Amino acid sequence: MSDAPVTVLTASPRARISAITSGKGGVGKTFVSANLAAALAARGERVLVLDADLGLANLDVVLNLAPKVTLHDVFTGKHTLDEALLEVSAGFTVLLAGSGMVEYSRLTPEVRDKFIETINAVAPRFDRVLLDTGAGISDVVLYTVSLADEVIVVVTPEPTSMTDAYATIKVLASTQKRRAIRIVVNQRVPGTDARSVTAQLQQVIDRYVSPGLESPVTLELIGDVPSDASVRDAVRKRQLLAECFPGSPAAQGVAAVAVKMGHVRS
Amino acid sequence: MKQSAAQNAAATSAALRLESALALLAQSGQVLPAGDANNAEWLQALIDGLCALSSRDALTGLANRRHFESVLARELDRVARAGEPALLLMLDIDHFKRVNDSRGHVAGDIVIKAVANALQQSVRPMDTVARVGGEEFAIALPNCPPAFGPMVAERVRARIEGCRIDVGLGEPPIGVTVSIGGAFAPQWVRSSLGLWMERADKQLYRAKTSGRNRAEFEPAAVSQVSAEEKGLLFAAPGTVSQLKQP
Repeated sequence: MSDAPVTVLTASPRARISAITSGKGGVGKTFVSANLAAALAARGERVLVLDADLGLANLDVVLNLAPKVTLHDVFTGKHTLDEALLEVSAGFTVLLAGSGMVEYSRLTPEVRDKFIETINAVAPRFDRVLLDTGAGISDVVLYTVSLADEVIVVVTPEPTSMTDAYATIKVLASTQKRRAIRIVVNQRVPGTDARSVTAQLQQVIDRYVSPGLESPVTLELIGDVPSDASVRDAVRKRQLLAECFPGSPAAQGVAAVAVKMGHVRS
Repeated sequence: MKQSAAQNAAATSAALRLESALALLAQSGQVLPAGDANNAEWLQALIDGLCALSSRDALTGLANRRHFESVLARELDRVARAGEPALLLMLDIDHFKRVNDSRGHVAGDIVIKAVANALQQSVRPMDTVARVGGEEFAIALPNCPPAFGPMVAERVRARIEGCRIDVGLGEPPIGVTVSIGGAFAPQWVRSSLGLWMERADKQLYRAKTSGRNRAEFEPAAVSQVSAEEKGLLFAAPGTVSQLKQP
């Protein structure tokens, strides 16, 4: 049974793991991860953002961090996991990959083991782990996504982003038997509509993906983040939008995602 | 300031022994820097000449391995963040040893030069052709969409196959073929030079073992989106609902 457990109102012994992926790079995946973490933390969740965008992550840039100890040091055994966990002012924790992760851009059994080990070590200590995955559909990205309980695809209304998001969903549906994918439409410009973007994707999936599967793939729109100049300002200041412009339309869009994500646990 | 820099250069060049550098340049057929040997510009020209020399393959004039690797490294950085597709082709002349053994090393060198020339002529000016080993070549093709990869490789293969290489001395011309392995740089992902070359090499090996005179690529990703899928993705919602269940 995949239904929710009968016991309610007890703290989850293990974090819910959400993979945040996109297909295309540059659609604001890391922006969504970091600000979503802040929004979830503001709602009282213990949140960890794990930078799974090996060696290419901008999480440190977005959060203005200069980490001394990274996931790479944990993988190589130089430091303990606790030394690499970094608490940020917005009330959540990050685990950065760090440069030098180039060797992990190829999925070897060793990399798999180390990932599993890390996830298993952090999962009992948080309510939520957000995996900020790399862009694209490389085997490492697919593997990190496979470790998650749910998948959130960040897409913008641009044709290239929609095409790559569709390709990602197609691959996840066929290789990981994912049937429910959550969608966050980011950088939505005036004149476009998050529901239409999701409906367009759903339409192609219904026609070309679901017929080949035992059960259909369903997209759920959980976020509509409008294009917003304050995002650029926040990035330039190297601060979280949730902290410096909490009232901005984009910050409120991300906060609404946190509310929707919270509902899934009840 | 400028005066003193020139004086410094003059003092330095007077103390330097540049004979072997100049002899190298002269031997390679490069134009020696003109003008007064006692100034910074002249020294700069000399250094530029040496730099150019150290990035070229002596026999063919193509990029050498050192230069090619720096081109690939730059390309990897670009692809990792910009996501533009970039293709690496590794090529090897089929049965080259036979040419050397039966027609001699001079003929072998002529064949290598002819292949180098043909390769250079079958790609775009923005592409980098290199000689990376005895009879091994490599081509870096920036901004090359995956669908074009096999087309480019086939054009290169056919051009080499069509060459009749005149080795002189009244001997019959030589024809050779090449095997080609291709790999695209992983988009949006930080990778390494070694991995990219290894992947292309693996495909070259496949081309060699499956009959030579052919090109092999990594199998197409399951993630490819067909024109029909794209058409529907950008069609107005609802317009195709009657097609839903094929």
